Amino acid sequence: MSANNTPNTAQAVKQTLKGESAGKELPARTAASLGMVSCHHCATLWKDVKGHDRCGRCGARLHMRKPDSVNRTWAFLIAACIMYVPANTLPVMTTASLLGEQPDTIMSGIIYFWVSGSWILAVIVFIASFLVPLFKLAALILLLITAQRGSNWRLLQRAKLYRLVEVTGRWSMLDVFVVTLLAGLVQIKGFATVYAGAGIAAFAAVVVLTMLASLSFDPRLTWDVNEQESRKRV
Amino acid sequence: MQEVADLIACEECDAIHSRSAPGRNEIALCSRCGAELERDMSAYSRRVLPLAIASFLIYIIANTFPIVEMELQGIVSRTTLIGSVLSLNAADMPFVASLVLATTILFPLIQLLVLIYLLASVTRSGYHPAFNLLVRLIQTLQPWVMVEVFLLGTIVALVKLTNMATVLPGVALWAFGALTILLAAVSSFNPRYIWKMALSKKTERSHVS
Repeated sequence: MSANNTPNTAQAVKQTLKGESAGKELPARTAASLGMVSCHHCATLWKDVKGHDRCGRCGARLHMRKPDSVNRTWAFLIAACIMYVPANTLPVMTTASLLGEQPDTIMSGIIYFWVSGSWILAVIVFIASFLVPLFKLAALILLLITAQRGSNWRLLQRAKLYRLVEVTGRWSMLDVFVVTLLAGLVQIKGFATVYAGAGIAAFAAVVVLTMLASLSFDPRLTWDVNEQESRKRV
Repeated sequence: MQEVADLIACEECDAIHSRSAPGRNEIALCSRCGAELERDMSAYSRRVLPLAIASFLIYIIANTFPIVEMELQGIVSRTTLIGSVLSLNAADMPFVASLVLATTILFPLIQLLVLIYLLASVTRSGYHPAFNLLVRLIQTLQPWVMVEVFLLGTIVALVKLTNMATVLPGVALWAFGALTILLAAVSSFNPRYIWKMALSKKTERSHVS
């Protein structure tokens, strides 16, 4: 891989408009404050953008910020919180064997791994299916509330938190794939059959909704506050 | 509306930086939030097309051969990825079935085919009517391609089954492992550099003619 991420090869561009060293406490100039709009898709910068202009290079619609970001993110988040309850209480799959039927929830699946000695898998599934969705919901609610209140609190950490949410979000699909495979494979009539339960649909909905929420949240809203503050100070 | 060619805005915090072309293997980071502004893709962009074609071939193997074989009381059961999706659909789970279909079969296929088409055509003809739409399409699909998560899911399912029956990993499991590595290499190429490639081809051509 030619592009590696080590600090040696990565050279930070440390020039702002003025060309002087920009410390993190100094208010940086933003595209919005200069009346410019950056294209979401091809990162070309435009000035003098009118209402419904499209990017001259790639044709995407130009927005100063993601449209209606706060409201959309709240809507997806609230829906995800509601689906979180059935996702964790309803059985995600039912194993029918000669000994009878055994329903499994997300948690009981993890406990089963732990008890049967597969600790590594228990930890992986616990992180992917339990911690990640919970972390995503909590982190996005925190980011939204602080952005809405115009909080100046730990801007850099909040930016990093958002990046972490984006990276980890997809891994909670893990249990959906596990159930899909088991339900497809274990179909030996009379001996053992695995059925997918309603819980997995709710769980998949939580994953999709939290992913949509993190995609519709605009991380620039976090930094917009800084901008207003510095303008007030000047 | 006017292009500001000498500046670049950070995608995550909107801070303005002067756009200086990164040198070989260099990455430009935002000085305020640390997000990536731009990276040098000149060496990499030549490698993406062969990688994408290789991924496509492995993709076919991964989706035609069975992933796992299970033996219980002398009865052998095996399944492919599409087989599990279909049986999930038959079991009244159309939402989950279509989600799995999209994230592991449909979206990776679209992403690979479109990327191969774009990279092959960008070196020949430059811009194309559907060009912009296709690059934007693969940018939108990128977060929803979940082959690597599926691979981990397969391993978890395999271990779960070993307590119950004899399981044999199928050809497709190895293929999915290879596909995950190849796709990781392919998707580290940000599709937005295709515009840059098209643009540089255009100027090259105008210089020649």
